[in-house]
Amino acid sequence: MLHLILGGAASPNLQQESASLWVLGGAALQRCGNCFFLNAALAAEVAAVALILVTAACTRNPGPPALKPTGSGAALVESSGGKQIGPTGMVLAQPLAVQVNDEQGTAVTGALVEFSGPAGVTFDPSSGLTDSSGQLSTNVALGGMAGRYQLIARTLTKAQKPVELKIDEIALGYQQQLGYQLDNKYCARCHNPESSAERVSNYDNLEVKPHPFTEGDTLNKMSDADLIAIISHGGPALNKSALMPPYGYTLSKTEIEALIAYIRLISDPPYHAAGMVYAQK
Amino acid sequence: MKNTLASLWQTLFGHPVRAFGTVSLLLLISMAIAPAKNHFSEWRHYQKQYLKLIASRGEAVTLQRHFHEHDGIQQIWLPQLAVVDRCTTCHVGLKEASLEDVGTQPFRRHPVIPHTLDQYGCVMCHRGQGPATTVEEAHSSTLAWEQPILPARYVQSSCGQCHRAPLPGTPQLNLGRNLLARYGCVHCHTIKLPDGAAIKPTDDPPSLSHIADKTTREWVYAWLKDPQAYAVTATMPNFKLSDPDARDISAFLIANSAPVAGDTAPVTKDAKAPDPAAGASLYGESFCASCHAVQNAAGNVVGGDVGPELTRVGTKVKPEWLRAWLRNPRVYDPGTAMPHYRFNDPQLSLLTAFLGNKTDSDLLANVHLDPATPEQIAHGKLLVTEYGCASCHQISGIKKPDNFAPELTRIGSKPLTQIIFLPGMTHAISDYIAAKIRQPRSFGAALKMPQFTLAPAQIDALTTALLALTDRANDLPMALTVPAKPPSNYQPAGKAGQLMADLACFSCHTINGRGGDMAPDLTWEGSSVQRPWLQAFLKNPGTLRPALIRRMPKFNLSDDDAKELTDYIMTVYQTPAFDRDAMPASGYQSAEVEQGRQLFYSKYACQSCHIVDTKADKGYVGPTLTQVGSRLNAAWIYHWLKDPQTLRPGTIEPNRNMTDEDARALTAFLMTQKGSSKQEAKK
Repeated sequence: MLHLILGGAASPNLQQESASLWVLGGAALQRCGNCFFLNAALAAEVAAVALILVTAACTRNPGPPALKPTGSGAALVESSGGKQIGPTGMVLAQPLAVQVNDEQGTAVTGALVEFSGPAGVTFDPSSGLTDSSGQLSTNVALGGMAGRYQLIARTLTKAQKPVELKIDEIALGYQQQLGYQLDNKYCARCHNPESSAERVSNYDNLEVKPHPFTEGDTLNKMSDADLIAIISHGGPALNKSALMPPYGYTLSKTEIEALIAYIRLISDPPYHAAGMVYAQK
Repeated sequence: MKNTLASLWQTLFGHPVRAFGTVSLLLLISMAIAPAKNHFSEWRHYQKQYLKLIASRGEAVTLQRHFHEHDGIQQIWLPQLAVVDRCTTCHVGLKEASLEDVGTQPFRRHPVIPHTLDQYGCVMCHRGQGPATTVEEAHSSTLAWEQPILPARYVQSSCGQCHRAPLPGTPQLNLGRNLLARYGCVHCHTIKLPDGAAIKPTDDPPSLSHIADKTTREWVYAWLKDPQAYAVTATMPNFKLSDPDARDISAFLIANSAPVAGDTAPVTKDAKAPDPAAGASLYGESFCASCHAVQNAAGNVVGGDVGPELTRVGTKVKPEWLRAWLRNPRVYDPGTAMPHYRFNDPQLSLLTAFLGNKTDSDLLANVHLDPATPEQIAHGKLLVTEYGCASCHQISGIKKPDNFAPELTRIGSKPLTQIIFLPGMTHAISDYIAAKIRQPRSFGAALKMPQFTLAPAQIDALTTALLALTDRANDLPMALTVPAKPPSNYQPAGKAGQLMADLACFSCHTINGRGGDMAPDLTWEGSSVQRPWLQAFLKNPGTLRPALIRRMPKFNLSDDDAKELTDYIMTVYQTPAFDRDAMPASGYQSAEVEQGRQLFYSKYACQSCHIVDTKADKGYVGPTLTQVGSRLNAAWIYHWLKDPQTLRPGTIEPNRNMTDEDARALTAFLMTQKGSSKQEAKK
């Protein structure tokens, strides 16, 4: 038994080790079923072994050593990595970087920053000290559900007062992800004013400007039926510009719905479907 | 203590009546255990919570009716898929579209996916234990059951069990599968697909049999020590070699190299050095950047990833080799993806000098190697065999090892009992795979698997692709899977076929299912374009899409070669869908042309994406149509307008469901666009 205890303490595979102990205990119980005292003794021993194993497990994996901040700032600002769009559960393409500044706006080295977010969001690392340029960056994986995620970066001032920075990220579910790809392929060339080397935007060349999909002020007022009509039948369907061609014979109904789910999710200000408000408790 | 027990026994069973009463009580209690367990079960608790949640909602009556249609334990039973899922017992609202705003589990509505719960159940995608009715048993690894819920970040792997072809909704799985082939994982690890074929690598690691012609031993040493120090985009992993090991391997590779006839060309030192600006512009005009990347001053890697990065190429290759390679890359590597540009001597000098100047003096500054000894060479050969270098690279005298690394065909279902986890690691196959890719040698310093340089998203993608390789994926009846398109081995025949291989057309263009996706599919090019235009284009490619940065390079083809290619393309690459010559190239009535113009600018508003009149139109999405009448065939335009996707699947040109009359008028209008009047005046 002593050997087992030691073996258990040294083995990395704690779960299986304690399991074999239980099996052993059970067999012993069966063999001397009517011997109450032995049973009690055995139970006590098993309990003791379990205790030793639990203590061993606790001492073997101490949590990450507590970070001792060597500086503290007065303000937190976002350096990069906010307002990203990524699939649910997955690491965002760009790391999230924040900067700690003091009252004069100069970067502070060695300030402790902690990241937190809604259920399911993971940070790697979830806290750390700012580097020589006052920055700390972390890889963010959003939760398993589509939607907007508000992440919080927190640091303490000299007076131990918390300073918070809120950062928004968007997670795409299956449907929105499909919409995102369709947007990239068919829509973004005209609807996204941003140009890149790989894809030059056609936005500026159009006489009637299309609505960027983030333009919530306009698009949130349009019903799903309106959006389906304009995508399927083109601009003239709603008395709008013929420069918007119809896609009803190119995209399937599922694809158009996916596109709308995507547009609704990235809209700024956020979109709230009509009739949903009463449900918010 | 013995006395106490004895008196307790006396109190309970001392008298027959007391004994009867005690036994009855015990019996009653034991009989109540089962119903009590049922009553206090977790799933009842969740169902009660659900009823409370929906009671306050506007659509409560509908939701309650749905709930009471089937309360109690729920089960999805699919014998064909071996699915018995009771998840819906607690996850009650999965099908309720109106619960979209509910954020708390287990009551949230399931996001929209292409399948229904009743078709596939839950564990097919999420893993976990389907028949369980407690939270712990259903979601976590237990002793009897080692299949925890799959983390959401890997859920696309489940799609890959049945879907073998890339899906638009699973970008991570698609990326992971590409990386498996592109990063050369499958050189060492065999991955058999259910149809028996193995995944083929898509990278093309260079042969090392003639490496001394190309580079120096110092560079080989530096590269072996840290490939990413030479090129940040290098896919070669770091084997963490010690200095003596890297010294010996470089000694062996150089000593083992045999020269190739004609793969070096003398570089004459001209009196005046070639103009660097002219070299840069030749590099640009030849669209080298479509395939090769260069890291700019800001540290960004700009350019394509078909060929190797060229940021420090001058430190790597010998100028004599580079000149010969640029003259004809097929001498050194007959299978290279690099086209044979027919550069003339001044052009070769320009490019050789331009690329030779891309150096980094830091790279080899600290590499000082003494001449190799025979012992070092012999030891190097041993190391090359041990590390399995020949799994990826061709090395003369060393056989490619079979099954160098463990087969991964069923890695996604590997039993956890066969895995040694690191301390503190979650006992789940997904965490094991990810950790193994992230840092292979953390599982043992003596392991041979090298360290790859991968971004977090790439590690997740690879893990996803590997998790898809489950027992189920291998054992599903073929009828239940969605197979991938079989790979095409299409090879054009004859002299034109040789020319196309020499020009590496397939590096960018796809024809009959084989080739790259950088440039348009040419399967039906012969039906699409007019012969004179094609021949002129091959000689001197013009600009069709002004906004594109990757365009067809000029290969400096001779007239004969251009004619040969044109003949072949015009004859062979024709669609059976229509007769190319069914409509005339000119002679359309002016009324019809005018009607077409009206349709072009008003009804169909084609000018949003295309340009016909360079002064008025600004559409930069599609190709410029100013000369479309001398470029495309009338019948192609007509059928393209009617249904573009059948002629080129996946094109973004929308199908307008055009009437025959409209399509004919637009064709007439477009066929009159023969080019600008200035150019015609020149002729």
